[in-house]
Amino acid sequence: MQTITNDTWLLTVGTFLPLVGVLLMMFVPASEEKTHKQIGILTSAVTAAVGVYTLLRFDFDQSEKLQFFVDSEWITVIKSNYTIGLDGISLPLYFLSMVVTLLVMIYTWDNMPDAGNPKSFIMLMLVLQVGMAGSFIAQDLILFFVFFEVVLLPMYFMIGVWGGDDRQYASLKFFLYTMFGSALMLVAFLALFFQTGAASFSFAHLMEAGALIDRDVQIWIFAGMFVGFAVKVPMFPFHTWLPDAHTQAPTQGSVILAAILLKLGTYGFVRIAIPMLPQGAKAWAPVIGILAVIGIIYGALGCLAQTDMKRLIAFSSVAHMGFVMLGISTLTDFGINAALFGMVAHGLITGMLFFVAGSVKHRYHTLEISRLSGMLIQMPRLGWILGFAAMASLGLPGLAGFWGEFPAILSAYNPNFGLSEALFRTLMVVAAIGTVFAAAYLLWLYQRTAFGRPNPEFEQGAHHPVGAGVNDEHHDVDLHDVTKIEWIAWTPFLIAIVVFGVYPQLMFGVMDPAVSLLIERVGAGIP
Amino acid sequence: MISSLLAQAWTAPTIDWHAIAPELVLIAGINLVLLIDLWLDESKKWAMATLTGFVMLGAVIPVVTLAVLGGDVRDAIFDGRYVVDEYALILKALFLLVGYVVVLLSQNELEEGGYYQGEFYVLMLVSVLGMVMMASSRDLLSVFVALELLSIPAYMMAAWRKRDVKSNEAGVKYYLLGVFASGVLLYGMSFLYGTTGSTKLTEIGAALSGDLTGMQVLAVVFVVAGFAFKISAVPFHTWAPDTYEGAPTPVTAFLSVASKSAGFVALLTVLYLGLYGADEVHGPFIWVMAALTMTVGNMVALRQTNIVRMLAYSSVSQGGFILMPLAVMGTGAAESSLRAVVIYLLIYAFSNLGAFAVIIAVARKTRSGEISSFGGLITYAPGLGVLMTIFLASLAGIPPLGIWIAKLQAFKALIDAGSSSAYVLAIIAAVNTVIAAGYYMRVLRQIWMSPVPDGDTTPISPPSSIWLALGITAGGTVVLGILPGLVLRFADLPDLTGALGL
Repeated sequence: MQTITNDTWLLTVGTFLPLVGVLLMMFVPASEEKTHKQIGILTSAVTAAVGVYTLLRFDFDQSEKLQFFVDSEWITVIKSNYTIGLDGISLPLYFLSMVVTLLVMIYTWDNMPDAGNPKSFIMLMLVLQVGMAGSFIAQDLILFFVFFEVVLLPMYFMIGVWGGDDRQYASLKFFLYTMFGSALMLVAFLALFFQTGAASFSFAHLMEAGALIDRDVQIWIFAGMFVGFAVKVPMFPFHTWLPDAHTQAPTQGSVILAAILLKLGTYGFVRIAIPMLPQGAKAWAPVIGILAVIGIIYGALGCLAQTDMKRLIAFSSVAHMGFVMLGISTLTDFGINAALFGMVAHGLITGMLFFVAGSVKHRYHTLEISRLSGMLIQMPRLGWILGFAAMASLGLPGLAGFWGEFPAILSAYNPNFGLSEALFRTLMVVAAIGTVFAAAYLLWLYQRTAFGRPNPEFEQGAHHPVGAGVNDEHHDVDLHDVTKIEWIAWTPFLIAIVVFGVYPQLMFGVMDPAVSLLIERVGAGIP
Repeated sequence: MISSLLAQAWTAPTIDWHAIAPELVLIAGINLVLLIDLWLDESKKWAMATLTGFVMLGAVIPVVTLAVLGGDVRDAIFDGRYVVDEYALILKALFLLVGYVVVLLSQNELEEGGYYQGEFYVLMLVSVLGMVMMASSRDLLSVFVALELLSIPAYMMAAWRKRDVKSNEAGVKYYLLGVFASGVLLYGMSFLYGTTGSTKLTEIGAALSGDLTGMQVLAVVFVVAGFAFKISAVPFHTWAPDTYEGAPTPVTAFLSVASKSAGFVALLTVLYLGLYGADEVHGPFIWVMAALTMTVGNMVALRQTNIVRMLAYSSVSQGGFILMPLAVMGTGAAESSLRAVVIYLLIYAFSNLGAFAVIIAVARKTRSGEISSFGGLITYAPGLGVLMTIFLASLAGIPPLGIWIAKLQAFKALIDAGSSSAYVLAIIAAVNTVIAAGYYMRVLRQIWMSPVPDGDTTPISPPSSIWLALGITAGGTVVLGILPGLVLRFADLPDLTGALGL
């Protein structure tokens, strides 16, 4: 694999910088909440600035090569190195993780979840950021595994400590599912290592040597990785942790989960499973495709049945990740580009939807769809933003969501490497029907919450009969429109959704060379 | 006249004093502690702990000089039946360090409980001496003597709270089952000696190649089963939970880390030097034990409400993971299996001792061993809460904390072996990793997410000795997790595997 070794410090600094913030915060007493928030924002802002500098230094004409490449000794005894690099596939996600963390950190300024204790909360978010960014730069299987697991505990605590009523159940479910996936994944990684001659864990080596493994063995190893990554994506039938985790997580957790964490799974397929085990990938592609489409339909039907706004958005994630996986399963240049685009787009759009849901919860103290209505009258700006995000989510052309879904469906028309056309065209049709469902549930959600007359119980200054105050969901109706902090945190999302929607080439241009190379390599491994 | 007669018949062997210096320091220390204790006023007994700590650290010095200066393997002493090589040195260092940490943990417990401090530390030093000897033993006799030397004081230490019925139960159970295990072991050893004509492990190894006789098969099974008691492998684990619960917590920490590691060291030495030719016998036997140990240990740990009991069963289950690579040592993965076990022992010691240190610190305030007594710990003792999170997450195998690399090595050894039975064991282990995470997370959930049980949020201020113990164990857990290379290279053990001709 060709590499460029310029600015070797850049990725290491960008990834581990948040730890400096964590270290600083250790020495500040927990009672100084404002200082902690400031340190959090400052650290993530500097990290994001390093990210911007990375964008500037990135050579976009050679985005198929690994840039800022570093390969230094780490655990020599087990032949694992500290190998990092960035190419067109990982750049968008790497940068996205930095920006999302910054914006979430800003949002936290006056939206701290009820459980309080911003010190721990912000420290965990910073550690989370290290794990996320690290996963996208790792070019060594063991290093990737370590980063992949680093995100586990902080997210567990974010859901479990700062989440909703059912937080303990949700957080444990999240933890055990992911742990199960990664344990099997680790076995698969080690099997891959020994099958390739136990020489190195580096991606470059494994991509060359992995293709030479016998087909049957590849299929088995792929199965192990499949479980690990599919849990993270999550794909049907491994998705059941997601609605619980999303619903119970605090807004910040939901946004990070949707925007970045789920992408670790799909990224793992694109970066590791498929190029290292081309024949295994080909054998599994129909299964992935079928499960992806089941996920699309199942997620959509699940959405239609939900009465809770956040849970509905969570199920829509299952459906959207189904489109991403469908694109990947075609093994085409076109499909994987679409999938990568879909990953970023879903991150932006669903992240935005979760932000809105968080703010709705903050104001109404409920997310029960049947109790919400007339948001456009009471809080027109928030209502419009919800509408905008819903439109983007259902794949309206001109907004980012479209470029994730439409090409993914299209790519299934012509799957690569002799995959069954009949099967994939059927999948294509079913997936297309799924988009109709998507329009249905999102518009229905919008109609029920934003249109109509406001629910009398949430009228401004509504008079509550004596005794109703016992139910503390009713007290303190304070409906204010989008605040300044929210504008700051959300505007970049809104702008990005429009920009990528209008000019998708911005991202496709970066990714395509790397994806073509990837497909070429996969093709070389399939006899 | 007699002296001249003696001089003819017996010439003193040349003794490599440097090689046995750690043992000598310990022996001198034992006598010193014993004597000083006799003359010391009751009000000054606290000094015994400090003195014992210094003896442990003093014994580390020759270990370090041997490691730095030694270079080659010293096996001239005692006809190669007592060997000082890298394998022995790293384990001696481990046992002494664990001993030191346990002294730190016992200090306040004994002082405040008004127990017999001098005697306690003497027994502990004797037990550590047995472990240190175990690391060098290469002969059935010295293995057995070391094993008894480390066990017998431990029986008494388990019953140290002599007015507490539970502690008595702990001691008696441990003693009876331990003696029974010793009997089984000795019986097996006698068969080995009878059929091979030697007690030296390397000679037994040479004689045990090829087809085994029925008696030899029996011998191998008995020997492995005898050690299985020591390392509390299922189905020989039944003493562990009761003993762990009843014994004073520092003793439990000592048993579950040091004593267990010593059992593993004995098993390793005997398997690798003496019984490697019999892998068709002990391979499947250990396979079954490993699978049972991790599964049963986990299943029972899930249901515990007492944290010490939970850690006891979790350490049973961890023992299964340590045992796992040995199941495939005969199938081409000898070297990676050995490395996996040694690494696991080294890192497991840090994390498990750390968890016990936190339990001791918290129990000083709550006076309870229930998991629920950890409720809301993070709110009033954030330092201890975070440390416990680190230790338990490490035990659960979450990178980048200590035990992940040990687990990785264990899995690696299995997959290196590549046989289908090895893969099956790997899958069983993977599933067990998740189950184990379940109960570790339950404690973390109490610490982070539950309210303080009785609303008492006065902060905990553990004594400085416990902070020191926490610092050592936490440092080890974190640093070894991120830079495992620091100890991995010690586990390159050409000298031990060299005997196998690998």
